[in-house]
Amino acid sequence: MAETKFDKDMAKTSSAEPDRDGVLADASDKILVWRGEMTSFKSLRTRALALSAPPLVWLTVLLAIPCVLLVGLSFLTRGQYGEIVYVPTFENIKRLAGFGLFGWNANFVLILLRSFVVAGITTILCIALAYPLTFHIATRPGRSRVFWLILIIIPFWTNVVVRAYAWLLILGPHMPPARLAAWLGLINEGGSLYPGSLAVYLGMVSTFLPFMALPLYASVERLNWEIIEAAKDLYGQRLQIFTQAILPQTRPGLAVGVIVTFVPAMATFVITDILGGAKTMLIGNLIQQQFAQAWDWPFGAALSSTLMLMTLICLAIFKRRQDEDPQGSILNRF
Amino acid sequence: MNHKRPIIAATAFFSLILLYLPALAVGYFSINNARYGLAWRGFTLEWYTKLFHDQYIIEATVNSLILALVSTAISTILGTALAIGLYRAPWSPKTHRFFDLLINLPVVVPDIIMAVALAMAFRILRLLSEAFEMGMLTLIIGHVTFQISFVALIVKSRLESLGHETDEAAMDLYASRFFHFRRVTLPLIMPGVVAGGLLAFTLSIDDFIISFFTHGPDSITLPIYIYASVKRGLTPEIHALSTLLLIFTAVIVVIVERATRKNE
Repeated sequence: MAETKFDKDMAKTSSAEPDRDGVLADASDKILVWRGEMTSFKSLRTRALALSAPPLVWLTVLLAIPCVLLVGLSFLTRGQYGEIVYVPTFENIKRLAGFGLFGWNANFVLILLRSFVVAGITTILCIALAYPLTFHIATRPGRSRVFWLILIIIPFWTNVVVRAYAWLLILGPHMPPARLAAWLGLINEGGSLYPGSLAVYLGMVSTFLPFMALPLYASVERLNWEIIEAAKDLYGQRLQIFTQAILPQTRPGLAVGVIVTFVPAMATFVITDILGGAKTMLIGNLIQQQFAQAWDWPFGAALSSTLMLMTLICLAIFKRRQDEDPQGSILNRF
Repeated sequence: MNHKRPIIAATAFFSLILLYLPALAVGYFSINNARYGLAWRGFTLEWYTKLFHDQYIIEATVNSLILALVSTAISTILGTALAIGLYRAPWSPKTHRFFDLLINLPVVVPDIIMAVALAMAFRILRLLSEAFEMGMLTLIIGHVTFQISFVALIVKSRLESLGHETDEAAMDLYASRFFHFRRVTLPLIMPGVVAGGLLAFTLSIDDFIISFFTHGPDSITLPIYIYASVKRGLTPEIHALSTLLLIFTAVIVVIVERATRKNE
């Protein structure tokens, strides 16, 4: 949307010069009319830079450069007291791959794999809930639809620590779910349903469902129902209707939903920290340990770099999909 | 247009329960007159009044508010400037896309990576100045870093929905550049700026991960205090505090929603 409007404006102004980038580079002093103002590219660019340079420098100094430095730090050594010793080493990478002091150990590799699996299952569960949810919202009449939407948006912004610990209350001993489980013989009498996978997945799905539902809704809202009707008229089976008529139409929203669910789910540490135990540790918990407890920055940096790489891979896959049909970010709603 | 499928409605309501059961549980325990156990022992506001006598909670609240106010003020200005600079200049589409990616990055990059990157930046900056010891200053800088993008994205979408006709009209009528900004651009984008600022504020008040990595011993914020209480042992006071935090966020989100919807 923005892109096309922008291109139109560009076309309007660059009628004097055919090559846009060329205009910016060579004829920067040439006088032109830009949105009703007589000016030159040079002064326009100076003005734009004056506005956007401070925040861009801010983001570069505090985010971009440190991220690069983190990758470098992965190859340095941890000193005896947690200081950084400038001795290059591959020790951190080796440790990550499982080669520790006492031979090969699957722990870290398992945690990496688990991060993928837990994020994947969370994403699938969220998709399974988000489709009926967004279809239900899209078929509501006007006011009720806005109400439902706000109900989905609110949890998106609320505090993650509170939302996670709330499940401790719900799943705690003597609460109905734990009693039911005890009655069924799944846990001991008076036991609780945390820490464990059930608690972690409840925490994950209830946290990330809005991340999936909101972008998906943007697509469902624009559904061409006639195609679905046609599929029904042609006696398509439910699965067929979904894969042939619904999925292709909602793919852009689904893609955004998957990326904004999968990536943070993979990196989460609060939910697993509060609701899980050692058996549900994810890479986020490991990173947090290195920085907050072990004071092993180089190894923490190696883990963070790995997580960054995993994020970049996800984004690259997403980008390739999105290039086919771009549809903005989750925040487009605002 | 659609056959009524009870299973769709049922799943939708189930999702809603999943989303709100945690908040309801915390709210229930915050007004239940029992320090332990789940049985209903009558309504009480005792836990809420106790909040106002707890020195640590008051301190954490003050910290959170100072942090949110200062970081929101800085990030709203920087984010708005960024949005205007990006949207109102003859950038080539390629540069434009690059900037788009840059401001979308903090939205997509996991919090924990941002937190670690910030901790790294402060560790290096500490070599230059003691001011970067973990504390209120590092918290503020950290929060601004993730808020900028949210503000910029919201203001940018507002600018995009406005188009350029008003700019051209103002210029045709010989408005000076300052007059144009002050009397044309600013009033028009104000709803976006306010919405962005309010959301930046809730992001700051509710942030845990960035704060956890950039706070010092003297700058405990509310989410950090709640987290510490989860580890130490939950009390009804914490439920009361959490309930207030949830309600506060919900109210701001509803305000922002209503404000931005009306202007669509």
